[in-house]
Amino acid sequence: MLARRIIPCLDVRDGLVVKGVKFRNHEIIGEIVPLAQKYAQAGADELVFYDITASSDQRVVDKSWVSKIAQVIDIPFCVAGGIKTVEDAGLILEMGADKISVNSPALANPELITALYNTFGQQCVVIGIDSFFNDETNTYDVYQFTGDESRTQKTQWHTRDWVKEVQSRGAGEIVLNCMNQDGVRQGYDIEQLAAIREVCHVPLIASGGAGEMQHFADVFKQADVDGALAASVFHKSVIDIQELKTFLRQQNIAMRG
Amino acid sequence: MSVSAKHITIINTGCANISSVRFAFERLGANVTVTDDVNTIAKASRVILPGVGSAPAAMKSIKAKQLLECIKNLEQPVLGVCLGMQLMVTSSEENDLGNAKSTPCLNLIPGEVKRMRVGDLRLPHMGWNQVSSVKANPLFAGIEDGAHFYFVHSFAVDNYQYTLAQCDYGSTFSAAIHKDNFFGVQFHPERSSDAGAQLLTNFLNI
Repeated sequence: MLARRIIPCLDVRDGLVVKGVKFRNHEIIGEIVPLAQKYAQAGADELVFYDITASSDQRVVDKSWVSKIAQVIDIPFCVAGGIKTVEDAGLILEMGADKISVNSPALANPELITALYNTFGQQCVVIGIDSFFNDETNTYDVYQFTGDESRTQKTQWHTRDWVKEVQSRGAGEIVLNCMNQDGVRQGYDIEQLAAIREVCHVPLIASGGAGEMQHFADVFKQADVDGALAASVFHKSVIDIQELKTFLRQQNIAMRG
Repeated sequence: MSVSAKHITIINTGCANISSVRFAFERLGANVTVTDDVNTIAKASRVILPGVGSAPAAMKSIKAKQLLECIKNLEQPVLGVCLGMQLMVTSSEENDLGNAKSTPCLNLIPGEVKRMRVGDLRLPHMGWNQVSSVKANPLFAGIEDGAHFYFVHSFAVDNYQYTLAQCDYGSTFSAAIHKDNFFGVQFHPERSSDAGAQLLTNFLNI
């Protein structure tokens, strides 16, 4: 049976792993390569590296670490941040990343998704979506440039419509980051993820809000997501990955050994 | 058996994801050459046909590099990985978005790559799934039945006479195929942790 995935996310800024709360106040967690190695050995099923500064300062993600990660870990990993062209994506894949994740540049140029699909195949193309629940309008809205608070802005897209759009253009996986929950450890946004699941026919990864082991069980069971991404609970050793997997297996959720 | 003296040659098909396969063999202590030179490939002791990408893009690149005849004439052990495995059969339904024609492949092993039929399940089939050998073979020696390997694909070869190991996602499909000196795996052994490392070690010992 296909196992559900546990995915530690490492936000990268200036070559170091950082973590903020609600996308703000980033603190340094540590060096990229040793952390990647630590999580691979601990039983993570996949890793995601986000260069959170890249899109917003017009830079391409600093790539030298991609190759270093590929040398030492033997699980898949995805790189996100500032990938604006097929050439940018090709360089990162050549250095050994398994997937590339595109967020703001896909909003600026949706045709990029199809170009990536045609060149590398659907399986490499992950679309990251930052979704914010606006309680005044009662809508889920897509935001861009969330790596830099001063440039973060709402787009014209409602999340559900953008999820459909990116699939029609060739997305192979969607990471839905629920901004209201990010970093506050109060649980994943089950309601939003379950609603998006209904219109998402590619793998869907939940992001934002993990605080305890039960949150993972809830999101797999109630929102039927393929993977659950988390950062602070792993970085701060609040949750041990092996214990988490044992806990989830006991609740009949398929896990890799 | 030690693999420290073993040598592996990876065909540079011009598509991405050569590095992760190279690094995986280097972690095992093998000497690795990445090349698109016909003579080097022909003389290699063991050859990897890597993959990530799309079948039409990869076949176009193989033709542009004039590697077609070279690959077809190989008699040493060859391992195709993911798309590399799919390129080994006769044809693939995969084509550019909006193009319904199938893509002719290398025809090293008879067979057809089809879009997976998975019912209500999601495509691509992405993540860790369990693999079972269907016949005794050296590639899966020492690997537990039902071991998890990492898959990322939407197209697959059905189970048939050349299937070496199978996987189930909506329906069963070939996780590994074999004919003569040609082996192919649909999953990514280079990204499949300990089970993947064992499979690559086994290939170095074939």
